[in-house]
Amino acid sequence: MSEQTSNPIRDAIAEAIADNPVILFMKGTPDAPACGFSARTVAALQALDAPFAAVDILPDPRIRQELSGLSNWPTIPQLFVKGELVGGADIVTEMFESGELAQTLGVEQPADATVAEPQPKPLGIENRLG
Amino acid sequence: MPTPDEIKQRIEAALPGAAAEVEDYTGGGDHFRATVVSPAFDGLSRIAQHRLVYDIFGAEIGGPIHALSLTTKVPEQA
Repeated sequence: MSEQTSNPIRDAIAEAIADNPVILFMKGTPDAPACGFSARTVAALQALDAPFAAVDILPDPRIRQELSGLSNWPTIPQLFVKGELVGGADIVTEMFESGELAQTLGVEQPADATVAEPQPKPLGIENRLG
Repeated sequence: MPTPDEIKQRIEAALPGAAAEVEDYTGGGDHFRATVVSPAFDGLSRIAQHRLVYDIFGAEIGGPIHALSLTTKVPEQA
């Protein structure tokens, strides 16, 4: 995809990031994550009881392309807080376990903070974007 | 299809002083998990550390390398 001056999808992504203090771009939805990494990231946010906006990138492959172009981050999920990319599943999990995520989100760290690592689901859904 | 050993070698060749451990954690040849220790990470945020590793593979991430799960450390943390 070449750089274009008018890019409605990229503009919509940038606007969503600007408008939502905590926003997660993921595969599937928080209730039905379509990938183990997205599930793990949602679990960390939910364990902190942190409100977040979520965008499913699966319906249109251009969302992922434009998001990665914008963030310079190749993988999904991507968590943004106050307009800044915080990271993907690895970084979010690591920050959750260390208490930094609670700090970044301005919420209380629960006493027994652990995230179960779900096994990656069968790859059929993810491969829609293969 | 990349092998864990290829990924390890490419990381170690690209990052000065890096030591990488890479496993194929689904056995499917496309989901990898890597722990990378390199002085090149010193002083960088986690985002920047992971980008250094992702940049080695460019568009292969999300393509033939479906997922590369990362833990990055500087030698003092290892």
